[in-house]
Amino acid sequence: MNLFFESLAQLLGRAPRKPAKEQIKPAAQTIHFRKRGEKFDAAESAAMHAAHKSNKWRNRRWITLIAVNLLFVLSFSLDIQLLEGALTASRFLGFHMADLNSALQVTLAFKEVLINLLIGTVTIFLLWWLLGGRTFCSWVCPYHLVAELAEKIHLWLVDRNLIKGYDFHRGVRTFFYVTFGLLALVTGYTVFEFISPTGILSRALIYGPGLALIWVGALLLFEVFVSRRAWCRYVCPIGMTYGLVGLFSPMRVVYDLDGCRHEGECRKVCEVPHVLEPVLKGRATDASVPIGADCTRCGLCIDKCPTGSLRFEIKGLSKLL
Amino acid sequence: MSKPVSKPTETGPAPVNRRKLEARRRFLRTAGLAVGIAGVSLLGFIPLPENRAQRMRLRPPGALDEQDYLASCIKCGQCVQVCPVEAIKLGDLLDGFGNGAAYLDARTQACDFSCDGLQCVLACPTGALTHEIAYSHQTRMGFARLAKPELCLARLGLGFQGKVRDAAFDGKFRYAEIDRWNPIPVRNRDFDLELCDLCVRHCPIEIRRQQCAEGNPPSGDPDQCPPLPAISLEPLDDGSGQVRMTPVVHKGCVGCGACEMVCPTEPAAIVIDIDKTAEAV
Repeated sequence: MNLFFESLAQLLGRAPRKPAKEQIKPAAQTIHFRKRGEKFDAAESAAMHAAHKSNKWRNRRWITLIAVNLLFVLSFSLDIQLLEGALTASRFLGFHMADLNSALQVTLAFKEVLINLLIGTVTIFLLWWLLGGRTFCSWVCPYHLVAELAEKIHLWLVDRNLIKGYDFHRGVRTFFYVTFGLLALVTGYTVFEFISPTGILSRALIYGPGLALIWVGALLLFEVFVSRRAWCRYVCPIGMTYGLVGLFSPMRVVYDLDGCRHEGECRKVCEVPHVLEPVLKGRATDASVPIGADCTRCGLCIDKCPTGSLRFEIKGLSKLL
Repeated sequence: MSKPVSKPTETGPAPVNRRKLEARRRFLRTAGLAVGIAGVSLLGFIPLPENRAQRMRLRPPGALDEQDYLASCIKCGQCVQVCPVEAIKLGDLLDGFGNGAAYLDARTQACDFSCDGLQCVLACPTGALTHEIAYSHQTRMGFARLAKPELCLARLGLGFQGKVRDAAFDGKFRYAEIDRWNPIPVRNRDFDLELCDLCVRHCPIEIRRQQCAEGNPPSGDPDQCPPLPAISLEPLDDGSGQVRMTPVVHKGCVGCGACEMVCPTEPAAIVIDIDKTAEAV
């Protein structure tokens, strides 16, 4: 099985596929065979999880996310001019940076390649290519942070049977991606920016709140009462754009089959659980499997795993060291 | 061996394939989400200027034509950050596709061009504020018009004493003769004018023309000198012998809104027509 195309297909919304036996490498087959004879004691697994309480990556991520957004805010409010602009486009110490999706929408609407924008786009492309693509989502996007809080409330309500959560077909994000692209092209307006909670929140933080926050609030209510992480999972073209960058990124989460007890706790905390398909018993195609491009590199699964079977990796670098 | 399949009978309900039913429900839900979100995004059409003339916004110096401007503006607010008199604001939800796009409200805070170098234009990362202009007089934001001549103090032969607008008014201006670098609230100044000429004396183009005439072009750059006058007071002769003057807007007006901001009448006697430029008038 070609991991690249599997990753792309999942990004576009296809459900993960169970690999055929001949697609599983011998190293993985050996481990799968061994594990078929093993019985993991559920009580023991639970005890391991109880003993392993870690928020290391979450805390690092939240600090980073808040720091980046704070830098935007302080650059303007204290006039320290380190990071000027908003998340859609900015200057860091004078260097142009442009959000890839915002730049795409502007280019489609305006139908002209703007040179400054191109410079900013290349800078940001290189940055997020190095850092893992959707890393932007979980480590920088302010909507991601508030959506994480909404998610906690949602799960609490579902847990108590107070509400029922609904899911959607993930392919709808591809529909939105194409639709917003076409709308920009046909109408000549950056239609997506009108409703982008990332842009709205970023500007509200930097330039002060406005009515547009009502829309962000409505989205959060929808995620609390109807569908878990709906915007990030099913709608956001920014996530799709960075996901496409992440397809080629050396920075990723890697799953090691050997020590995994297949409790599935990592999938429960994951925003995009389809990328963790390899952790299901018998699914990993190799002893170590890189997690797909839709992964936001948030590290929640790594924090959750008591056996250290999930880890960050920079492709090539571990070999080099 | 196949599983027993329940057949529809005349008494019982038809059999339900739960997986298929759930898949169908999910498909319908998803279609609902697709239509819902796309529908909301198209609501941005409603407040556009072509649909509602009164929502037309005064755009910063160098702004392309409205449609091109909204297409190319990336809604980042870098122009907001560099403006020394904090004249630029960002559109909100009710601006539709102009959500996040920069505009000015001349009556609240006009552009006074005191940055000389068109900082907002330089800050714009996309060229929505075109980089083809570098000087105040090349700007085409709008065009001033004496909308309520019956209110204009100069036309009534009246002077002006005291503070411009009222004591709570926050509008700022960089008066080169007071402080070149720090904008001060216009309310900090007391005027005592025999005949009101606030619009003329606050016109950035006229200020520049005067500086150039005195041999001190702004930033020492003769290219900063506007070639055409923008506004002047011309005598009105009604035969009564009373001194009356009327503001006359000339071809050099760029529509920055300084006259509208400082006009002491309520509402302002002179306003900016946003859809007009010097060439179009």
